[in-house]
Amino acid sequence: MSLWRQLVRGLRTLVNRKAAEQDIADEVESYLEHAAASLVARGFSPDEVRRMARLECGNAAGIREQVRSYGWENAAAAPISDLRYAVLRLRANPGFSAVSVLALALGIGASTAIFSLIDGVLLKPLPYPDPERLVALWHTAPGIHIKDLNLAASLYFTYSDENRVFQDIGMWQSGAWSVTGLAEPEEVPGLSVTNRFLYVLDTQPALGRRFTASDDDPGGERTMMISDGYWKSRFGGNPSALGRSIVLNGNAHTVIGVLPPSFQFLDRRISVLLPLRFNRAEVRLFSFCCQGIARLKPGVTLAQANTDLGRMLLMAPTKFPINPGFSLAQYTDARIAPNPRPLQDVLVGDIGGTLWVLMGTVGIVLLIACANVANLLLVRADGRRQELAIRAALGAGWRRIARELLLESMLLGIAGGVFGLALAYGALRALVAFDLPNLPRIHEISVNPAVVAFALGVSLAVGFLSGLIPVFKYVRPNLYLSHALAGARRGSSHSKERHRARSLLVVVQVALASVLLVGSGLMIRTFQALRHVDPGFSGAPEVETMRIFIPQSQVRKPERTLRMQEDILHRIEAIPGVSMVAITNGVPLEGCCSNNPVHAEGQESREGSIPPIRRFKFVSPGYVSAVGSRLIAGRELTWAELYNQAPVALISENMAREIWRDPRAAIGKRIRTSFNSDWREVIGVIADLRDDGVDGKAPTIVYWPLWQKAVGTASAVTRTVVYVIRTPRAGSTELRQEIQRAVVGVNPSLPVTDVKTLQSVYDRSLARVSFTVVLLAIAGGMALLLGVVGIYGVISYSVSQRTREIGIRIALGAPLREVTGLFVHQGLILSGMGAICGLLAAVALTRLMKSILFEVSPADPLTYVVVSSGLILAATLASYLPARRASRVEPTEALRAEIDRFPAARAC
Amino acid sequence: MGQPNTDVIQGTLDMLILKTLSLESMHGFGIARRIEQISRGVFKVNPGSLLTALQRLERSGWLDAEWCRTENARRAKVYKLTRAGKKQLESETADWSRRTAAIARLLKAEG
Repeated sequence: MSLWRQLVRGLRTLVNRKAAEQDIADEVESYLEHAAASLVARGFSPDEVRRMARLECGNAAGIREQVRSYGWENAAAAPISDLRYAVLRLRANPGFSAVSVLALALGIGASTAIFSLIDGVLLKPLPYPDPERLVALWHTAPGIHIKDLNLAASLYFTYSDENRVFQDIGMWQSGAWSVTGLAEPEEVPGLSVTNRFLYVLDTQPALGRRFTASDDDPGGERTMMISDGYWKSRFGGNPSALGRSIVLNGNAHTVIGVLPPSFQFLDRRISVLLPLRFNRAEVRLFSFCCQGIARLKPGVTLAQANTDLGRMLLMAPTKFPINPGFSLAQYTDARIAPNPRPLQDVLVGDIGGTLWVLMGTVGIVLLIACANVANLLLVRADGRRQELAIRAALGAGWRRIARELLLESMLLGIAGGVFGLALAYGALRALVAFDLPNLPRIHEISVNPAVVAFALGVSLAVGFLSGLIPVFKYVRPNLYLSHALAGARRGSSHSKERHRARSLLVVVQVALASVLLVGSGLMIRTFQALRHVDPGFSGAPEVETMRIFIPQSQVRKPERTLRMQEDILHRIEAIPGVSMVAITNGVPLEGCCSNNPVHAEGQESREGSIPPIRRFKFVSPGYVSAVGSRLIAGRELTWAELYNQAPVALISENMAREIWRDPRAAIGKRIRTSFNSDWREVIGVIADLRDDGVDGKAPTIVYWPLWQKAVGTASAVTRTVVYVIRTPRAGSTELRQEIQRAVVGVNPSLPVTDVKTLQSVYDRSLARVSFTVVLLAIAGGMALLLGVVGIYGVISYSVSQRTREIGIRIALGAPLREVTGLFVHQGLILSGMGAICGLLAAVALTRLMKSILFEVSPADPLTYVVVSSGLILAATLASYLPARRASRVEPTEALRAEIDRFPAARAC
Repeated sequence: MGQPNTDVIQGTLDMLILKTLSLESMHGFGIARRIEQISRGVFKVNPGSLLTALQRLERSGWLDAEWCRTENARRAKVYKLTRAGKKQLESETADWSRRTAAIARLLKAEG
């Protein structure tokens, strides 16, 4: 209560100082009047009264001062009056303030936006208890050239039984299921998980129960859990959903639990969770199928887990039999080794490099903005030199003057921060809405307290930093009088000295700008290089793709499944404008499908060793032309071969060259997937298709017929297929509706999903690079602009300072071009020095960008040449414009202006 | 020490003001005069200290202040004890008696 009263009174006094002081004066006045009246009443004469009152009470002013000094607000009053003064000064110079605030807002806004990306993507812990104990169980198998090997069922069971380091261990696989019987048939995304999965994540269901070991039993009742979103949209959030039965892929599943609203896992879209039901008795050693996740026991390190996993890898062959057609030597030769990684790293992937490069970039922009503002502040401080000197001479402490200057620049910083924060907020909204950079966890990104604190911290630091330079320059104890006199004398040596700080700032600006320009140049070259990569297909904007899954419960027989797929294909072919339709199990660039070893006839190395791994894709006739690829040799599949399950295959050009040197030589050769499977004849060679993104090397691929006698681990007929539809109408809503009708015409309970054009797949693959290019280009452009403004400012200031000299030169007959050249020369020297420092720094710094560059060396000569010539051009222009003004100086006027100054000088 | 010390004992001014106002609301000079009269001239209050103390007590919520006309038609800021002020006075009085009793005992004590 009384604290509150203290605060309110204090504030009231601060806000209305005058009224508070009047009140005190009135009270003192009234006190003295009463005192005098009482003396008069006691019979003293007026003279005596006056004398006694003064003796007893002291003078009114003294009392007022004593009373006034009470209260906390007095301690705050001085800084507040400084603040008010600073605001007034900034408002008196709106142009200067606006430019400074704008420059700072851009810099702070950009760094805040990137910081919130980093905060949301890299720094924020995963939304589970003790997330640092979660590891993804990856492996590596250098013996068969597989860098990232996932988890096998055999290893999962071994690890579950034998480990000493994990609290819980789970295995998962993402998938999609078609739901029938609820509403329209639809495909829902989700995960198949082993029963301890939710225990690993330490997630409690919002409703119902988690899976138990009995749910994993392939013979048991089929159960499922649903996400909060799915529960609310399909069951209206009704608890009676528990125990309901949902038909997934034709099989009834009982809902046993609902996930909490906050549940999420690695950016996957999850509507349902199903048990991963393995029959342990049938598991073979090679059963790599799924991804592993585990929770470390408290205090266990990743290295300890690694050791324990290594120990268990040796135990797996004793627990599970080797697959038929394989030998134990293959397991040993593969040299499988554990490679557990923190779950957060798996989620974040390789985006970290890009984000830190961007953070560095915007940091540089911020520094340049800082230098610009410092430069402007220097000019202003220079204008106030005499005022400052006189104040110092009258006894103002240098600390107080320094405080004033810093306060002013920090106010600018905060104003810039407020606008910058608004800018960052807008930019982030746009980024999240369009998901431009294809970032993980993009929807978790927001302007949260950490981000606001960052913006505030940066604003204060930036304000302080840019104010510090004028402070160092102009606020030195005991230098005021000499400065004041120097100012009056206008000695040219002093003006040069004053100039040095500004020139240095410009050099720094140009240097930083050239670092950024080199960075964005390299990124642009990367983008160009990527655009020039032949993805292996053409006419991507004219290719529509969509996915259809035919569950076994709908059509049991493989041949009937294939017939249905073909029926749908022909119906789509009949749509006007469609020129070509084919089926595959995964479009290019999306890196789908399995990777397996393939033996080539006559190329077997040592008996029992594993041949190189190839990517497996499954295709229908016409795939090559539908996707816009080229047949290098041989021919495509025919429908007859497909239905007869003819032992044929197509291979990619790089695979043909690797094994047989010449694509044509591959035709008629035979390949197989294991020692005891049938040989299949290579009938065609397809041009290389990029599959792991545009920047990934084209893998060696085997294209098998959609239906064939079992190949490796793949099932006989591909039930999830992607239709590749070539038509100029790709991407239009009408086409999509017609495709939907075509599918319904064949089977009304098949959901059509993942409809997109091949171009969008291509764009998405380049999304991150395009995003980085755009941001770096903007940053580089801003840096160049600020640098140019800096040069312009210094040269025009120099021109204005040297008017008299110019006047004399012109009067003495110096050619105008020489006068202009003088200043252009000065600008070029400054920017040249900046550029040299900057390019040297760039050579060192751009090495950090290596991970995000593609087929461009960090020391790319073209980039450096273009950037330096661009800089020189810009610098010439920036110095020529103010220099031209110098040549327009009227000699008589210039001299007269100088003469006018003399009386002032003498007066000092 | 020709003149007797008339300074108010350090730390007791607040208590004296509160006590004075507990009898009757009055203005600053009234308080000073009353303290001087009742102490029979032992304490003389300096107006600067008094008015500052009044500010402090008012801010602490122990006094309320209001500008009024006094009987002789002069304007004056009249202070009034609040409920919180009454409580404060009680506790300060109790504290003071305890301490003076202790000092008295100490001074009476004989070797």
